Amino acid sequence: MKYNSVFDIIGPVMIGPSSSHTAGAARIGLAARNLFGKQPRWAKIYLYESFAKTYKGHGTDFALAGGLLGFATDDLRMSKALDIAKENGLEIEFIEDNSRVDHPNTARILIGDGNDKLELTGISIGGGKVEITELNGFQLRLSGNHPAILIMHNDRFGTIASVTEILAKHEINIGHMEVNRKDVGKEALMVIEVDQNVSDDILEELQSREHIIQISKIES
Amino acid sequence: MFRTIAELVEMAETKEMPISEVMILQEMDVKERSREDIFTEMEKNLQVMENAIERALQGVQSVTGLTGGDAVLVQKYMQEKRPLSGPILLDAVSKAMGTNEVNAAMGIICATPTAGSAGCVPGTLFAVKNQLNPTREQMIRFLFTAGAFGFVVANNAFISGAAGGCQAEVGSAGAMAAAATVEMAGGTAQQSADAFAITLKNMLGLVCDPVAGLVEVPCVKRNALGSSQAIVSADLALAGVTSRIPADEVIGAMYRIGRQMPPSLRETGEGGLADTPTGRLLKEKIFGVSV
Repeated sequence: MKYNSVFDIIGPVMIGPSSSHTAGAARIGLAARNLFGKQPRWAKIYLYESFAKTYKGHGTDFALAGGLLGFATDDLRMSKALDIAKENGLEIEFIEDNSRVDHPNTARILIGDGNDKLELTGISIGGGKVEITELNGFQLRLSGNHPAILIMHNDRFGTIASVTEILAKHEINIGHMEVNRKDVGKEALMVIEVDQNVSDDILEELQSREHIIQISKIES
Repeated sequence: MFRTIAELVEMAETKEMPISEVMILQEMDVKERSREDIFTEMEKNLQVMENAIERALQGVQSVTGLTGGDAVLVQKYMQEKRPLSGPILLDAVSKAMGTNEVNAAMGIICATPTAGSAGCVPGTLFAVKNQLNPTREQMIRFLFTAGAFGFVVANNAFISGAAGGCQAEVGSAGAMAAAATVEMAGGTAQQSADAFAITLKNMLGLVCDPVAGLVEVPCVKRNALGSSQAIVSADLALAGVTSRIPADEVIGAMYRIGRQMPPSLRETGEGGLADTPTGRLLKEKIFGVSV
């Protein structure tokens, strides 16, 4: 089931005017920021369908910027986020894209700084709830509302087992997990939604294992 | 975990507990949280709703100037004249519109189930409160009951205008408020389901056609519709009127109708009222572009 909490329905507490176009957009931006692990210097944001047609009226633009700055949905600075982004050296470009997409509220975010880049596609499915559907070319299904770890790794036997073994040792329960790869034996992405936030020590322990390339996390 | 309204009502009946309690127990179970913890979070949401109404009744204005001040107008009218529709109904309408005026002014609100429809549930709650004199706990329970019904809609259909039109937003919100009002007034779980079904039936086909793509026109007044329909439906159900079409089938109909709606009527600001001469003119004025 897409919604599993009463607070998905009665909530979130947020700055108006739209739960899907403002609060949801902020959460997509925040997910991108969290996965990038630091504040980006630039962002190119592609907007589709209802997002593209109404983003100015709904404040989708400032909400996405707010998310990239690390703001929660009820942050009073939200409506000033575009100015704050500029002050903080974050250049944002919005592009209305006419391509057909699966969901009417879709945003594709490219962010980066001098060294790193990240590409993420998110959809806002209603009432402030979002799903991340693509990360760096990998298809996935991740709600930004739960803690999660994302592990880029080499597609080799035993890698998944070594990860789950560490999580089990630290008594971390997995709520949802999926693995995607671009081709046999190439890079793969493990997406693990968990019930509690994962500490940095555990991430370091995971990082030290063989075939693990990069780890990022979403806190909730 | 309940998936349908029928299951929700059955759980409440067999366990002899109100629907709010079914929702609370499920939340405790699924999220592994204590009752106290969940109540505290819901109380915070209730407080946000109360604050938004208070702010609205002092008068707010959106950035565009399209909305604001109507909640105050209605309250003033109620004090000075004898309203035709009765004080509770009009109070609900005023507070529902007020909440959405705060939302349009980019103030803080609690989405129920969405921001565009955030007025229906609190508007209804803070109006029926004056007659039913609930405790703070009963007011919090009102939100759990509303949430339980919204939960079923969200998982079986949709709650966003972009996906299913305004019937999915104000339709769902009004129906949630109706069901919760019945419980607070001492009605049965089945009566809650009937009030829910009656409200949603009357909202079927309602499109999402915001002028200039803003959550202002007609959204603010659609919340007046949602809360007034909620109270009328609650009264119908408490009087013993039942819905000939069961609640779950009404949700199914709402889903199919939403799927048939063209994108121009699903929160793109392209059809319906947005595409009237005045709607287009307002958009041009606000964004300074020819459309």
